Amino acid sequence: MLDGMNKSLWFLIWILVGVVGAGALSVVAVHRGEPINALWLVVAATCCYALGYRFYAKFIAAKILAVDGLRATPAERLENGRDFLVTNKWVVFGHHFAAIAGPGPLVGPVLAAQFGYLPGVLWVVIGAVFAGCVQDFVILLFSVRRDGKSLTEMAKEETGAVGGFVAYAAVIAILIILLAVIALVVVNALKDSPWGTFTIAMTIPIALLMGVYLRRIRPGKVLEVSVLGFVLVLLAIWGGQGISQSPTLAPLFSLRAQTLAIAIIIYAFAASVVPVWLLLAPRDYLSTFVKLGTIGLLGIGIVALHPALHMPALTRFVDGTGPVFAGRIFPFAFITIACGAISGFHSLISSGTTPKLIARETETRMVGYGAMMAESAVAVMAIIAACVLQPGVYFAINSPAGIVGQSAAAATATISNWGFPVTAANMQALAHAVGEQTLFNRTGGAPAFAVGMAHIFSQSLGGSAVMALWYHFAVMFEALFILTILDAGTRVARFMIQDALGHIYNPFGRTSWYPSILTTSALIVAAWGFFLWQGVKDPLGGINSLWPLFGIANQLLATVALCVATTIIIKMHHPKYALVTLVPLAWLVAATFTASWRKILDPNQRIGFLSQADALAAGPQTAATARLIFNNRLDAAVTAALVVMVMLVLFESARQWIAVLTGREEAQVKESPFVMTRLAAEERI
Amino acid sequence: MRRLAKAAQILIAMLREIFDESAYARFLRRAEVQSSRKSYAAFCRERESSRSRGPRCC
Repeated sequence: MLDGMNKSLWFLIWILVGVVGAGALSVVAVHRGEPINALWLVVAATCCYALGYRFYAKFIAAKILAVDGLRATPAERLENGRDFLVTNKWVVFGHHFAAIAGPGPLVGPVLAAQFGYLPGVLWVVIGAVFAGCVQDFVILLFSVRRDGKSLTEMAKEETGAVGGFVAYAAVIAILIILLAVIALVVVNALKDSPWGTFTIAMTIPIALLMGVYLRRIRPGKVLEVSVLGFVLVLLAIWGGQGISQSPTLAPLFSLRAQTLAIAIIIYAFAASVVPVWLLLAPRDYLSTFVKLGTIGLLGIGIVALHPALHMPALTRFVDGTGPVFAGRIFPFAFITIACGAISGFHSLISSGTTPKLIARETETRMVGYGAMMAESAVAVMAIIAACVLQPGVYFAINSPAGIVGQSAAAATATISNWGFPVTAANMQALAHAVGEQTLFNRTGGAPAFAVGMAHIFSQSLGGSAVMALWYHFAVMFEALFILTILDAGTRVARFMIQDALGHIYNPFGRTSWYPSILTTSALIVAAWGFFLWQGVKDPLGGINSLWPLFGIANQLLATVALCVATTIIIKMHHPKYALVTLVPLAWLVAATFTASWRKILDPNQRIGFLSQADALAAGPQTAATARLIFNNRLDAAVTAALVVMVMLVLFESARQWIAVLTGREEAQVKESPFVMTRLAAEERI
Repeated sequence: MRRLAKAAQILIAMLREIFDESAYARFLRRAEVQSSRKSYAAFCRERESSRSRGPRCC
């Protein structure tokens, strides 16, 4: 009787969630004219996530993956106290979320806000529920069933050697482009900003101090030293204000974009070759501490203050003439926003550390699907932070000088003519309020996000008097976050190249052999440094060419992951259920292949790499022109190479699917044998 | 109240895992040594060969 009542109650609750979600989503979709309250976005997203998790993820777990709580996981069977370890599901959730949450869900949605808030919100929420969360969940479960194997290993086993090679090459390519583009975001956030540059420069000695403290004074007390590091960073932000106002010190920290790029390249090389404990690990701890705290704070701030969004639902730039990046909503919104909706990179985490910590198969839904929902929620927050700004201000910050004009008067006139009024005096007052000399042409998304975040926080915590502190806190948060990925990513890529070169010449495979460390570090830093330099010198701001390239590479890796997942599902004798991964796969193939085609061949110079190169070749020739022509042709070649590689995986996978479905090949999945869990009745922390 | 205590316990466990404090405690138990500069140096070397190879997402 009670069970029946409970069921009816839950039924009613879910009906209510559905009705509220549909209502909120309708308001978000059809609202035009007056500013919309951010709470509508929050409610719509929350209801969609709740329904997706309760019904869709549960359906996938039960019907397709046949998740089995009695099957021992590798964490239990292979427990060694190091990599394989039975861990509480909430702890794994936190660990997984901390690993997948990067600057991507913050930067991509801010850039895509040029189309208005609607395309971004719909893609982030629907894309996550039906694509991103599904990818992370199924890859995690398949890795758990295969002793925690990586995506490249699974691709090799399930789709053939081509799949494994492409996954490997795609990872290297993504790392190089990713590192370049995020370094460019930092350069654009810190150029001519003595306050920001000083704060970020100070994080290096702070990290070194933390490293020494951990190693020599209080070994292993990471949380303690992270709190200490955080306090020191706050002091650095406070001290930065004094630096920016000092006539003698401010010029020392007012660096041009080129100088900053060189400094970042040198820093990343140094961080890659010095011991992990000295710089990389403490920075990582500090960055994670700030990241988790700030994301939590931003979430609370948005819900508590529920600001109004001034950006319209759709802007005139849906026609592809946007100043932030060129191209129509389809396909460019879907490659610009990757991490918040679906990111191929997540499949590497889902088949990396996480599967080795999962105690029961049933927990993969919460960790894989749930953590991606949280990531998607971060992307919604980024959209809100960007859209609380007046559109004129948003475009003044995010538009390159090459589009809107060099002077403040020219830029404001251009932007106002687009229908987004803004004045030079407004921008000057805003720059003054956040402690900057200017906010024009701060492309890359980070400064706009920082202004939005400062705007939200300063409404209740301290008012406009502390807006500059909040702005620099946000810039510090993003730059610290990004620099941590730069040094960690450079090191990871270094290891991958060392592993590959070790097959050619053995000593190169030894990660402690210094000639190998120096050579491979220089190689990887030179590779992304080249693209960074290209972005810094680009008259269109660099983001226009580099971010789509990164988006394409990232989404192509997701294509590889979904190919692997579809192959396994078909082999599990569920051809009809293969649509669960096949539909997002088809969408991604359509979006990324169209984007690649346009980026290579579109006749519009702002979109097509080759048409831009041709236009430059037809104009007056200087050394700079020759370099720009070469860069554009190289970008076209890189995009084409990525597409060809992924097409190979698609053909290889399709061949497998047809062979299995027609019975020409035995459907044999390469899972580890079933072993009954001993943990079934135990409580774990 | 008990639920709150449990939630706090899980939050601390989560933070200790994310910040490698639990991994260090496990290392000490496994190696049967006390926490010291030498032990922490050995732990860092072990972590370098596994954890720092793991990708961090964008």
